[in-house]
Amino acid sequence: MAEAATDLLKTADGRPLKAALAAAQARAKRRAFLLVLPLLVFVLLTFLVPIGYMLKRSVEHDGFAASAPALDAWFAANPGFDPMNPPEAAYAALVQDLARMQTEKTTGIAGTRINYTVPGTISLFKKGAREAKSLAPPFKEALIAVDADWGKPALWRGMAAASSKYTTEFYKVASDRKLTDEGWAKGGDKERIYLYLFFKTFLVSGIITVICLLLAFPVSHLLATLPMAKSSLLMILVLLPFWTSLLVRTTSWIALLQEQGIVNDLLVGLGLITEDGRLTMMYNMTGTIVAMTHVLLPFMILPLYSVMRVIPPSYARAARSLGATSWTTFRRVYLPQTLPGIAAGSLLVFILAVGYYITPALVGGADGQLISNLISFHMTKSNWSLAAAIAAMLLAAILVLYWLYDRLIGIDRLKLG
Amino acid sequence: MKKTLILTTALVSFGFAANAEVTVMSWGGAYGAAQTEGHVKPWSAATGNPAIMVDSDNPAPAIKAMVEAGNVTVDVASVEYADAIRLCDEGLLEPIDAAALPPGADGTPAAEDFFPGAVTECGVSTDIWSNVFAYDTTKFPEGPKTAADFFDLAKFPGKRGLKKGAKAVLEFALLADGVAPADVYTVLGTPEGVDRAFAKLDTIKADTVWWEAGAQAPQLLADGEVAMTTAYNGRIFAAAVGEGKPFQIVWDGQIYENESYVVPKGAPNKDLAMEFIKYATSTEGLRAQAAHISYGPPRKSANKEPIIYAGDGKTEMGPHLPTNPANLTNALLTSSDFWVDHDAELNERFQAWLAQ
Repeated sequence: MAEAATDLLKTADGRPLKAALAAAQARAKRRAFLLVLPLLVFVLLTFLVPIGYMLKRSVEHDGFAASAPALDAWFAANPGFDPMNPPEAAYAALVQDLARMQTEKTTGIAGTRINYTVPGTISLFKKGAREAKSLAPPFKEALIAVDADWGKPALWRGMAAASSKYTTEFYKVASDRKLTDEGWAKGGDKERIYLYLFFKTFLVSGIITVICLLLAFPVSHLLATLPMAKSSLLMILVLLPFWTSLLVRTTSWIALLQEQGIVNDLLVGLGLITEDGRLTMMYNMTGTIVAMTHVLLPFMILPLYSVMRVIPPSYARAARSLGATSWTTFRRVYLPQTLPGIAAGSLLVFILAVGYYITPALVGGADGQLISNLISFHMTKSNWSLAAAIAAMLLAAILVLYWLYDRLIGIDRLKLG
Repeated sequence: MKKTLILTTALVSFGFAANAEVTVMSWGGAYGAAQTEGHVKPWSAATGNPAIMVDSDNPAPAIKAMVEAGNVTVDVASVEYADAIRLCDEGLLEPIDAAALPPGADGTPAAEDFFPGAVTECGVSTDIWSNVFAYDTTKFPEGPKTAADFFDLAKFPGKRGLKKGAKAVLEFALLADGVAPADVYTVLGTPEGVDRAFAKLDTIKADTVWWEAGAQAPQLLADGEVAMTTAYNGRIFAAAVGEGKPFQIVWDGQIYENESYVVPKGAPNKDLAMEFIKYATSTEGLRAQAAHISYGPPRKSANKEPIIYAGDGKTEMGPHLPTNPANLTNALLTSSDFWVDHDAELNERFQAWLAQ
């Protein structure tokens, strides 16, 4: 047996076959890689680099660290200080930094950084910085006389954490935790919103994916089995809304479904409901789901259609001829063949639904807030680090779902046509 | 080949050198149009410098993105008061020299002519706009008169429209609950005050339609979806006077605020931008904008003579402006200091309250 193992297949010039094959294929592989290289560079530059830059913001903010060097040094030298009772030396460093902020005009950026976790700090810093030059030791009493909030333990905890450029505070806020006098704790009942919205976003997106699948399957089947001429005509009906502006489609749903809208007027006119019993289908979850399903339907129809078109009809006929009922034929012969299309369409619709925020913002009312609305809010209010943190958590959740999806269904089984 | 290359390069660079036009970024819609007619076109005609207006959903984050990326293409932007303060704090705006602002048409120095708070370190106010509420006069001929009437579902049945956000909604709830304008922000600064505002909102929560975009509010009223709605006063004016809708604004409990012109740091035409702002915020410039949209000029001299609406040439803007003394009886000036401190915190609380 040992002799057979050393007796590898060799090519005519004495090299092992495996090595020779690898060498021959290397050229082809290199050529393939070079063909893909421009796209890879494009994706890296326009996709990964900007997103990476935004994600870096979620752990990095030197607004305070760069403006308060004396405090930075003091915190570094006294890591175990008691926030309940910071010593005079800490206050001295603080007053020194406040005076510096006043001259360098960095009060705003420093205050903003602390305000992210301790609300009310911006005006506190501005007042303190204005007074800083005129304060005399003992600084602790002097500063607390200016404003009692300077003694708040939460403020000192916030400043200690912010004295380092790198921080996980934004992720803590995005996980519904609050900085209190005793440290980071779960946020109050009336304030917790982020984790709930994450959960709701995934739930709503899941519901929309299932509804899209149920609606798109018969349509795609029809499009795939009709003769080409009729099928192309019907395809235009699918594509026309797809090409219409998103806002136009959303606002037309508002006109259709609102309480004084077309559908309700029709139902009242037909006598099916009374004037007082008008259906509330808009500015709530119903409106959000209807509008988003309408917008995302083509993304499910098209992959399903491409996959169904290449399924030979002979399989179904063979199954019937062997005695299977319609349902069995569908379940055991047709459906498994469409699975790659279902996988592709569902993934597309789900990921798009998770990121949508204009449609839920306009038609969702109180119910229809999704996590993307909050990301947008923080971007507008200049707290890009928190927006980046929420976005990073969303990205991580999607990647986990994608991994699960791969384990269950297999990405190589995905087909777009 | 080489000659063609040199010639085309020269042509392109010449094109760039000639591009010294001032770019003004504003909110679009009726407001952007008013500023184009009132500021951009007249200044361009008077000084001979080309100027263009670009629209944006919200100029503030756009400015922040431009300055941080080091690629500023806008010279002047119109931002909300709180955003002007915040962006200035973050070092993203050029400071504006208040002493250089022109005096009023009647000779009053700028420092006395501008309303208090209109000129900040990095911004100059162009108009005072207001959050008011409006109703359809055909539905309620004997209409609501006070902010408390907005929350009275028994006397004025029907749905209510409210802006989906904490700002201007929490103060409105407190004003309707009987808090005097001078005390609103002190009350709102306490946890009990915030609870009180949300408790007041709870009384109408089930009957509220939440609007997001400025144009939605008059649309909701026109469709009959709501019986009363809060809105930006200029939008209701445009619907009522411009389009003839039977809407009536109730000025009691109005919450007004300054809108400012700012110059982003690193603007390509900084000096021309300052000249533009000086013109736009002069008595003449402010009156020109106010003739197109019912937002009040923030200078005493601009409010002296009646301003005639340019849309029909005969309506007097006076009664429709938030700054008219008759409309200021129970009015609240938005405190940007308060919102810069508490916006994120209260908005999270608001979102959580909405979701319940």
